[in-house]
Amino acid sequence: MGTVASAMRAHERLHSKLPPHHGPLPGHRAFLGRDTPLKLDCGAVLADFPVAYQTYGTLNENRSNAILVCHALTGDQFVAEPHPVTGKDGWWSLMVGPGKTVDTNRFFVICANVLGGCMGSIGPAEVNPTTGETWGLRFPIITIADMVRAQAMLLDHLGIQQLFAVIGGSMGGMQVLEWAALFPERVFVAVPIATASHHTAQNIAFHEVGRQAIMADPDWCNGEYWRFGKRPHRGLAVARMAAHITYLSESKLTEKFGRRLQARKALSYGFDVDFQVESYLRHQGITFVERFDANSYLYITRAMDYFDMPARYGGQLANAFRDTKVRFCLISFTSDWLYPTPESRRIVHALNAVAANVSFAEIVSNAGHDAFLLDEPDFRRVLGGFLAGAAQHRGLAAPNSR
Amino acid sequence: MTPRSAPSIRVDLQLIAQMIEPNSRVLDVGCGDGMLLAYLGHVKKVDGRGIELSSEGVNACVSAGLSVIQGDADTDLADYPDAAFDYVVLSQTLQAMRAPRQVLIQLLRIGKRAIVSMPNFAHWRLRMELVFTGRMPRNRVLAEAWHDTPNIHLCTIRDFVALCESIGVMIERALFLNDQGSPSHFGRSLALANLLGEQAVFLLSSQKKVTNV
Repeated sequence: MGTVASAMRAHERLHSKLPPHHGPLPGHRAFLGRDTPLKLDCGAVLADFPVAYQTYGTLNENRSNAILVCHALTGDQFVAEPHPVTGKDGWWSLMVGPGKTVDTNRFFVICANVLGGCMGSIGPAEVNPTTGETWGLRFPIITIADMVRAQAMLLDHLGIQQLFAVIGGSMGGMQVLEWAALFPERVFVAVPIATASHHTAQNIAFHEVGRQAIMADPDWCNGEYWRFGKRPHRGLAVARMAAHITYLSESKLTEKFGRRLQARKALSYGFDVDFQVESYLRHQGITFVERFDANSYLYITRAMDYFDMPARYGGQLANAFRDTKVRFCLISFTSDWLYPTPESRRIVHALNAVAANVSFAEIVSNAGHDAFLLDEPDFRRVLGGFLAGAAQHRGLAAPNSR
Repeated sequence: MTPRSAPSIRVDLQLIAQMIEPNSRVLDVGCGDGMLLAYLGHVKKVDGRGIELSSEGVNACVSAGLSVIQGDADTDLADYPDAAFDYVVLSQTLQAMRAPRQVLIQLLRIGKRAIVSMPNFAHWRLRMELVFTGRMPRNRVLAEAWHDTPNIHLCTIRDFVALCESIGVMIERALFLNDQGSPSHFGRSLALANLLGEQAVFLLSSQKKVTNV
């Protein structure tokens, strides 16, 4: 256990090189690729780059109880603790914690800010040590596979050979699929949730709207806003508003807001906020810009748009999983129209074609794509039951009575 | 997780379980709440998978740690490679398929053997009920009214045997349950089995070979 302890000690705490809106962040930061740099899909190379991550629970002696949680487009490593910038609960604190579905009394949970992110991992908002300047648009284009390769380097750094599970929703689910395809021997179970094996034209279209909103903001300054002490808040907020609609469902919006008016009795016959749904979206936009970097948004949405696993395997997704020993559990939600059930089913069909061990449940919910972040009892039961069964197969002891 | 104690299961499922070798690979098509899969996993240590149409059934199975997918046997069996399983089980489900013949062919493509259990529509009580009441017969295996039943392709034991013959499926074993729910061979007479058997369980393989039931 000496190596893990010393590796843990060696983790640099997050202090420096953060975007100006951040103070020091809690959690760990590892510098990876010192000996063997990371070769990106685009051809560029990253050496000695930071990856910020957070952990919950304790790694067992066999190092067999680690779960990597992969975050979505605008998520970060603060899964199960108050967010250091917004003070809100961690994005999956409903699911991850002592005694919860992903039980940190039993599992050692790791979540790393993705490559290209803006919460301490290398990304366009970080300073390029070679030039001493913020990367900005000189940051290389990254892919979902690059993110996963960086996470694998983090596991090497932590001395973890095989994950018990890799779990993620949305873009996190894409990372899970890449994990199973690129490093099958390092994953015991893979849980891709509310995701797809490639980005559809509709997915790309919505992302392009978001990117154009950012780039149309004069404060974006051709991607060099930091030079002028500016941030493209308006563009980024509009991008978030448009994207947020895709995370909900018509029925959820109707249930939540209907046509109810916001703090007024009658229509204003103007362009102020008349409707509650407008107020809600504006709030979503405004609170998002506090914690997110506009260029990061460009880079990460691009990585998702480039995601196309079947294309990489000769048009046959099944080829990505041939002879896989990984046990899969796919979960989709009935009202998710961003990554609808047929997308998950396509993956299930590919896994069946190679006779992989796969479970697949479609959860009834009207919460849309965001259902995976919310309190959905059926979802929790299915995921919890699957993990418990898999843990038994892996020979992981049940947690001691709490 | 405390180990599950061996679940007690229906007699027809026990008959199915008897036909399955330990440590084999099993696909249960229409696995419901996973009762058979859990039993097989526990008692026979099989590597078990399931397909189930209802989300309640799937959620129950996956929550119990079983490898089950939400899917439709009429369409989703086509995905699996040839001989992916030692046994493919279709328990009390063939009569609910849109295309039973195609499903049967698929079962024997993806499984080295198939085990099919089915209600026998030629059981003497059902025959009597139809003759004397003129209404669609019902019993404890076929409990729903004609308008509520998922069973759209009911058949008799003879019908099933004829279907197997027509597509070159060999019946390796056949077991029958009488209306007391007890297994019986009915003196190895197909006619008697078709009259007195309320349910049948067949162990099938695809080698063409003439066999007696």
